[in-house]
Amino acid sequence: MIKQLTSSERQGAAVLLGLLAAIGVLMAALGRTGPFGIHGLIVILFALALLFPVLSTFYEPEPDPERLTYYYDDPIKAGIVLTMAWAVFGMFMGVWVAAQLAWPNLAFDAAWSTFGRLRPTHTTGVIFGFGGNALISTSLYVVQRTSRARLAGQLSPWFVLMGYNLFCILAVTGYFMGVTQSKEYAEPEWYADLWLVIVWVSYFILYIRTLARRKEPHIYVANWYYMAFILVVAVLHIVNNIAVPISWGSAKSYTVWAGVQDAMVQWWYGHNAVAFFLTSGFLGMLYYFLPVRAQRPIFSYRLSILSFWGITFFYMWVGSHHLHYTALPHWVQNLGMTFSVMLLVPSWASAGNALLTLNGAWHRVRDDATLRFMMVAAVFYGLSTFEGSFLAIRPVNALSHYTDWTVAHVHAGVLGWVALITFGSIYTLVPSLWKRERMYSPVLVEVHFWLAIAGTLVYVFAMWNSGIIQGLMWRTYTADGTLAYSFVDSLVAMYPYYIARTFGGFLFLLGTLVGCYNIWMTVRAAPATAGRRLDVPEPDGAGMAPSPAE
Amino acid sequence: MSVEELDPVSGHRTTGHVWNGIKELDTPVPRGVLIFLIVTHIFAVTWWFVMPTWPLGTTYTKGLLDTDQRKIVEQKIVDAEAQRAPWVDRIEKASFDEILADPKMMEIVKTTGHRLFGDNCAACHRRDGKGRSNYPNLTDHDWIWGGGPEAIMQTITTGVNSSNAKSRISQMPAFGRDGMLDPGQVDNVAAYVYSLSHPDYSTPERIKQIEAGRQVFLTTCAACHGQDAKGNQEVGAPNLTDNYWIYGGDIGTIITTIHGGREGHMPTWDERLTPAQIKILATYVYSLGVENP
Repeated sequence: MIKQLTSSERQGAAVLLGLLAAIGVLMAALGRTGPFGIHGLIVILFALALLFPVLSTFYEPEPDPERLTYYYDDPIKAGIVLTMAWAVFGMFMGVWVAAQLAWPNLAFDAAWSTFGRLRPTHTTGVIFGFGGNALISTSLYVVQRTSRARLAGQLSPWFVLMGYNLFCILAVTGYFMGVTQSKEYAEPEWYADLWLVIVWVSYFILYIRTLARRKEPHIYVANWYYMAFILVVAVLHIVNNIAVPISWGSAKSYTVWAGVQDAMVQWWYGHNAVAFFLTSGFLGMLYYFLPVRAQRPIFSYRLSILSFWGITFFYMWVGSHHLHYTALPHWVQNLGMTFSVMLLVPSWASAGNALLTLNGAWHRVRDDATLRFMMVAAVFYGLSTFEGSFLAIRPVNALSHYTDWTVAHVHAGVLGWVALITFGSIYTLVPSLWKRERMYSPVLVEVHFWLAIAGTLVYVFAMWNSGIIQGLMWRTYTADGTLAYSFVDSLVAMYPYYIARTFGGFLFLLGTLVGCYNIWMTVRAAPATAGRRLDVPEPDGAGMAPSPAE
Repeated sequence: MSVEELDPVSGHRTTGHVWNGIKELDTPVPRGVLIFLIVTHIFAVTWWFVMPTWPLGTTYTKGLLDTDQRKIVEQKIVDAEAQRAPWVDRIEKASFDEILADPKMMEIVKTTGHRLFGDNCAACHRRDGKGRSNYPNLTDHDWIWGGGPEAIMQTITTGVNSSNAKSRISQMPAFGRDGMLDPGQVDNVAAYVYSLSHPDYSTPERIKQIEAGRQVFLTTCAACHGQDAKGNQEVGAPNLTDNYWIYGGDIGTIITTIHGGREGHMPTWDERLTPAQIKILATYVYSLGVENP
């Protein structure tokens, strides 16, 4: 892969990694034996681990100039591998924390393995590790194909991918040491946040420069969504994470926001992380891989426009529905609630556009588990966006808030929608990237599909039941006007559901492991000889490129 | 670039754009979607008119219903208190004997007491009141500070070794660590204390050690635990002759207790619970023991 870089690009890589190692040395010196110092060591090790392959191929011959007439897929391949590695890590941590809720002794009496530290390793592992890598990889794939342009940079895609993964590693290792900002989904501390800003701005520049090179007159819908994802996540991340470290050698910082404003900024961030990270980005994925796999045109371009602008505009307003019945002023809550209701139709328009695109291809849905992954993902997208708007209505929220219903809602979204659309896209992407006829085993794709569906349903139904029972137990009064149940009573009632959700999560993890094996065997298989020249910016014959193995 | 074409499945035209093989149909937005979109907007706009919603500089639109979440909560609290007032009043005025004899009041004690116990006491004493290691069992009739409803109420109100000025105070000194007894003496007293609840332990070969321990006990421990070791509820000294233990009744734990002393803590509840709630809890805890003869 590094052989594909020119010698000046290799020099650039070595200089960048040297600088990174120097930053690590500085951090280690300032932080000494504290978590900041340990993170310095991790940065040094990360830089050295990447420097090794760069230096070992440093004097290899210059790459073939013809490579520039192909799409640039090396970083995407690495990104897919990282996606699956983070999936296994994040989902394993999820099963572990779920099991801890049923059997608290599984923390083994150690500080690093307490629920409070493991829980963000799960959320960061799956959202940012798995989801983020999947978004970066697929976005770089899609922008090239839909623009008929090679990525605008040889080194910068690697910088974005590796820099992003360094951020994820700093985040997760920090949690084990107790480093956290205590902001949900924004736990990483100031230095990791600053690093992510650099990486993310590079990502934005890379993306927009590639789009600027496009040979298509129009920008495809998938790219609108990916652009919204990249741009808005940058804005959210910067605003929510403005903080002042207590010293240059400390991992600890304090946010500049205070009181209820802090809560509002956090949930403006938190909900738009759901919106622009877990929704817009993955809709970009859906809009490319679903029509490609179904071999059908998108149902309606007009519906695409309506749902894109609806989602992009309305989502920005709804964060306050996370703070119903709190110290947040009543009017802010109502505003968030009404925008959440108006958000429903644009959301459903996307799900409907996806499902109606399948008209004329339902026989493929029946026969092809990969396409079925994407079909079910669209259904879950519709279900969880309806549920989200419903739960945002204040009186409904009075029952659901702080209960497992929220957990059910989130997992219907992330297991049913985000993970399934990702797996469907990856099973489409992998044979195309590695130039194979198809996945190593369609049967194993089928096995993965059913494990994922079973796991999602067991998980979501367990949490729906447990959440509604919790909510009802907390608000049931006796005829004498006192609460009927103590909090501990509701915990006892949760116990069987906590076991069921652990089992559901375990099934989902099992499916992911099957997927990893299948991908590994596909990569190892012999490349297909035909079709090599088809997936390129300027195909040999005139006219449009036929869609090859994808 | 290809031109617009007709899709045979849907009967709609494409937009004419193609991206790596992907085309789009120019299908109009379905009427149902537009109607549904309008319905959600009508709902939202109606809500804006009737509820506080939009900011206006330093204030906000109050809405036609003139409602506010703080006012609603305050009213709900007043209403709930009014609903409870009759029986709260009765329980506050009644004596414990009257409460225990009255089935209606005991029903309230059972339901409300269960809830109060679960939310306030169960963390240490467990949900069933049976306690766990280091936290006393409240159902075994072996009371440290007295098991009558009045004594229990007093304990809940002020706590033990708590921040309350009237707290019950009890401290067992660290006899071994602070050098009041040498290790041999600690072992001997432990053997004696253990033998009180385990008569089989007094075998001929141990009788000398136990006797030596008894002498130490009479001079050192009896001040609190009594000559007969049956404890003293005035100072919170437990009965050592039964087989109920707070910190564990094996020889090793008894030695640890004598060596390092003990100072249990129970928080004061008078800041968190109302007198009526404390009275309900005291009756509830008392009834746990009655149900468990």
